[in-house]
Amino acid sequence: MRIHKYEKIWLIFGVGSLILFLIILAIGAFYKGVHPPSHMDTIDPKNVQENESFKEENLGLRQVGENEYIVNVLSSGFYYDLGKDEDGEAVNTIRIPVGAKVLFQTTSTDVVHGFHIAGTNVNMMVEPGHISTLETVMQKPGTYTLLCNEYCGSGHHYMAATVEVYEP
Amino acid sequence: MMEKHLSISPKEARLVMAHMYVAFISLLVGGLMGLLQTFVRSGSFDLPFGIGYYQILTAHGVILALVLTTFFIIGFQFALMSKTVGISDKQRLSAWIGFWTMLIGTLLTAGTILTGKANVLYTFYAPLKAFPTFYIGLALVVVGSWIACFTNFRQLAVWKKTHKGEKSPLLAFMVVINMLLWYIATLGVAATVLIQFIPWSLGMVDTINVLVSRTLFWYFGHPLVYFWLLPAYMAWYAIIPKIIGGKIFSDALARLSFVLFLMFSIPVGFHHQLTEPGIDPLWKFIQVVLTFMVIIPSLLTAFSMFATFEMAGRSKGYTSLFGWIKALPWKDVRFFAPVVGMLAFIPAGTGGIINASHQMNQVIHNTIWVTGHFHLTVGTTVILTFFGISYWLIPSLTGRKLTKKINTLGIIQTIVWSVGMFIMSGSMHIAGLLGAPRRSAYSTYTGAEQVDTWIGYQLAQAIGGTILFIGIVLMVYIFFYMVLGAPKGKASFPIAEVSEEAEPTPQYLENWKLWIGITIALILFAYTIPFIDIIQHSPPGSEGFENLIR
Repeated sequence: MRIHKYEKIWLIFGVGSLILFLIILAIGAFYKGVHPPSHMDTIDPKNVQENESFKEENLGLRQVGENEYIVNVLSSGFYYDLGKDEDGEAVNTIRIPVGAKVLFQTTSTDVVHGFHIAGTNVNMMVEPGHISTLETVMQKPGTYTLLCNEYCGSGHHYMAATVEVYEP
Repeated sequence: MMEKHLSISPKEARLVMAHMYVAFISLLVGGLMGLLQTFVRSGSFDLPFGIGYYQILTAHGVILALVLTTFFIIGFQFALMSKTVGISDKQRLSAWIGFWTMLIGTLLTAGTILTGKANVLYTFYAPLKAFPTFYIGLALVVVGSWIACFTNFRQLAVWKKTHKGEKSPLLAFMVVINMLLWYIATLGVAATVLIQFIPWSLGMVDTINVLVSRTLFWYFGHPLVYFWLLPAYMAWYAIIPKIIGGKIFSDALARLSFVLFLMFSIPVGFHHQLTEPGIDPLWKFIQVVLTFMVIIPSLLTAFSMFATFEMAGRSKGYTSLFGWIKALPWKDVRFFAPVVGMLAFIPAGTGGIINASHQMNQVIHNTIWVTGHFHLTVGTTVILTFFGISYWLIPSLTGRKLTKKINTLGIIQTIVWSVGMFIMSGSMHIAGLLGAPRRSAYSTYTGAEQVDTWIGYQLAQAIGGTILFIGIVLMVYIFFYMVLGAPKGKASFPIAEVSEEAEPTPQYLENWKLWIGITIALILFAYTIPFIDIIQHSPPGSEGFENLIR
């Protein structure tokens, strides 16, 4: 099949840009190691406390290094369990210093949820039986909303918490 | 006698029109649901009578994305097949059986949604659990569509027998490709619905494997969008050239691009699951690369369209560089509506590239950007082309004429639609970039300032949605006028011829075994290892959660 000369030029240009684009994605993925969240560990959704990270006392924000934090969260309809404060009240706000390295770990005790700190790239699916993790550095100070962005039932739009990134 | 004006025999016309009635009634009902959603999300409207936001969201998705599209496409394709290769009495009977199966399924699913026991949205992600009739209805829709598939396959096979050695008519070839794509893709959703959802919702098994069900769903969910798009491409390639007084640029390239769509639209579902746990990122990347292969037939199509337009313009004596644009029939709605749809595909396709880009997906995943994206693709490109088809198809099936008045009203409809969609989809894209989630009722969340920045865009979505609903009312009026009110006469069924300068079509383009073989090989390559992985590393299954959707 002969292809028209102009069409050849058009296709070479188009396919060439496509290849370049895919090479850039591949460099990001395999050289720089930037993949979308794809954690492989599983968990029993009816017994999440069996896993060290999701024991009641380990939920919420924990400092694990000089400038390193872990945030363990249980996602369920229709709230994020971020542990309890000294008074035994449910935590609904976590405060992270700007520039700190943070590892978010979450799993679901019921249905599929979303885990998105709106306006940032902390954005992952949460599925029963699987643990989702994402490590990031919060670069910009501000008050962010952690919200569920996958439909999880009638109270889906109430599922939220606050993440404050502050200048230390 | 009206029958003498029909473009195909009255019995065939009745079959196609049955599909069209369902499609246009769906447009009205589903569109109304969409309007109500934008009102709720504006923050200044509450649904009456205890109707839930997620109930109308489920109805909107099911009625427009699954019912309207499937009925319109199957009806349109029966018209094309009747016109190009003919339909026997037996085939017409099986087509009717398919229609009724789909309709019964639709009513069963819609009824379940109405009772509020299926507020699971049209993606019905487990382990949210709907009442069993929701899934049974959907299964019937799929089974009905399979009957249509095999009827179309049979139509071409019979034609081939009596036309030995001839190449199949272009439009019949395209219909068969699209139905092959649909059949192979729906095997995935049928598997999850029949093997997982129905036994689980009936209580025959206690748990469901969530990741397996999602993977099977998205194996179907992406080719679904190409099943919507390819009928629009049929009109672009083989009908619009006739309307503008031109010819098909190349029969071979048109067939080649359809073959490429068949191969590359299926083994790509992971790009909808990029941010999910439990799937190896290497396989996500491989499917991302395969996803981008559909850019090649899209480039072929874009070139062919503009080449056709330019050749048609130049043949009318417009010789300057861009003078041929003036020669195009901008005042003919049969051309104007689909061309506006084509133009919308430029930003729509660009957005799609962002969505599927491995890492970039994280920026917009499940934000309302995605909703904005598919309201441009299926909600503008595809639907405006379907409207463009209706302006000649409906009158040619009802033995009436497309009057000047309706032509003008159609142009107004197209403009109303474009303006409404520009406002609605545009504000969805921007709000999505700011982090606003999709599929969510009105909420101020924890009251952060950030959330306030979204509300203005949600108001804009309500304005855009209102304009779009006016567009829907106009279109439904036009449809019924073309069925019942327009003066009797003959409307043409435009099918273009191939340009004399086009290269001959090589035989191998009709080597079905080869194309189906490559398609299956690609699917096995893209899915076998990760799917075995998912099954081997399965966590304990999930029980159903019906309580959460009440």
